Amino acid sequence: MRRRVAPYFLLGPGAAWLLLFFVVPLYYLFELSLNAGVFGSYHFDWHWANYSDALSLYDTQFERSFLYAGLATLFALLLAYPLAYTIAFKAGRWRNVMLFAVVAPFFTTYLIRTLAWETILSDQSPVVKVLDTLGLAPEGHVLATGGAVIAGLTYNFLPFMVLPIYASLERIDVRLIEAGKDLYASATQTFFRVTLPLSAPGVVAGTLLTFIPASGDYVNAQFLGSASNQMIGNVIQSLYLKQSDYPAAAALSFVLMAAILILVLIYIRFAGSEALMGEEAV
Amino acid sequence: MEGAWRWLREHAVQIVGVLVVLYMLIPIVVIFGFSFNDPAGRYNFTWVGFTLDHWSNAFGIPELNEALLTSLKLAVLATVIATAIGTLMAMALVRYEFFGRRAANFLIVIPMATPEVVMGSALLSFFLILGTFSLGFQTLLIAHVMFCISFVVVVVRSRLIGFDRNLEEAAKDLGANPFTTFRLVTLPLIMPGIFGAAMLAFALSIDDFVISNFNSGTTVTFPLYIFGAAQRGIPVEVNVIAMILFFFTCAAMGFATWQQRRAEKMTSVRPEQETTIAVPAGAPAAT
Repeated sequence: MRRRVAPYFLLGPGAAWLLLFFVVPLYYLFELSLNAGVFGSYHFDWHWANYSDALSLYDTQFERSFLYAGLATLFALLLAYPLAYTIAFKAGRWRNVMLFAVVAPFFTTYLIRTLAWETILSDQSPVVKVLDTLGLAPEGHVLATGGAVIAGLTYNFLPFMVLPIYASLERIDVRLIEAGKDLYASATQTFFRVTLPLSAPGVVAGTLLTFIPASGDYVNAQFLGSASNQMIGNVIQSLYLKQSDYPAAAALSFVLMAAILILVLIYIRFAGSEALMGEEAV
Repeated sequence: MEGAWRWLREHAVQIVGVLVVLYMLIPIVVIFGFSFNDPAGRYNFTWVGFTLDHWSNAFGIPELNEALLTSLKLAVLATVIATAIGTLMAMALVRYEFFGRRAANFLIVIPMATPEVVMGSALLSFFLILGTFSLGFQTLLIAHVMFCISFVVVVVRSRLIGFDRNLEEAAKDLGANPFTTFRLVTLPLIMPGIFGAAMLAFALSIDDFVISNFNSGTTVTFPLYIFGAAQRGIPVEVNVIAMILFFFTCAAMGFATWQQRRAEKMTSVRPEQETTIAVPAGAPAAT
């Protein structure tokens, strides 16, 4: 008898907290998104028009969010894979130092990190001068462009890409890679037919962990972008906290969550579910 | 020349890897460097001259101190609560087979797969409609515990999975009651996991901006202070405090690693490894 209630007893406080302050609020978000009226007299009215209004008004920001987040995820993957590969197979005694360098940015505040990029990418900075002479900075400035926002997103979520890929590479049995070489596969063939497929769970987890927060982010667009680089997070933040247009903001927030959930479900259908749930959960 | 090209080709991956590491560290160097800057105006974006004034005046801005203190208080409370209830959840999930286990796993994963702006706005909607909680420190605490729990569970769970349950059986065989067993055997062994989880929770809480932005009311945390100050120019002292937090976290990481090594030594005392120790004296050493 004691063994049967014990898990529920242990689970109770945490599950209650998550139900009450995560699941229930999502219901309230949905309810608020169907409110009608003006500020001060919002009332529940099955007002589905909030959704069509919000989507037709802010469709560009939605598209931009997914575009920016998608590109940032792609760039993060291209940067993270060689790094994770180096740490897993080539770093030797430098492994812990490199792993530390990957998580070190987390030890400085997110906002300050992003502001540091504002300094680095400002018009007077040497980095921008170099980019300008290379013809990569149109009209001599990078700040307040879409490129700056994507660069910021790529930087800020890079560790979320590196760590899962490293974890899956590190678990690979080196003998499998050696077997590929013994069977006369070239280094490139071994990589594409052995190493890369075996690290796929890490790549899937990394892309999800990068794409999801990046698509809802509004800090990078706020600091590094201009008015024409606003993402959906900026719209939701401003509607909630500045304009007090709660129903429209709630509708956008709900659509964002639904869109991400659908994307994630499609993605893990192709890539396998253990990546998201973690191997422990199986 | 030929040899140099070959070396570059053979080490291409490492070179890219090291460059990416340097790229990750650039902003930290910039933050550190600009903490010694002596800006001409209110904006600390261009290098003017070197000064130590802002390091000696690190805690000289009252609003900044207050925000930092609020953040620390919030992070400590959120860490304690989230670590306690998250550890219990991890124990339930690893050690028991029960109805609803899959649902519980799902409940833990889903907040980690939700954008912060959705969590923040959902909680704000909840607080607005309910009206019983006034926005401020208490709503921040509720929110921070909420988003920390999942991470605590994941970290502690990974530690519990590698746990040798024979050690607990041994304690019971030696007459320890369940509570003593937990206190003297289980807890010390999973302590590095709990400590790691607590550190992660603390880092997440003290760095959180988005969810706090929605649910803070008029309370100001350290990240919220920075966001507010960004429009009118951020004082250099912010960089100084960011670096102090950075060095503090590095030290805590070092301590955690040391503790982990110690715990690994403790668990390595296992029966199957005793056989290597129990080689009779005088036996030829294995070559």
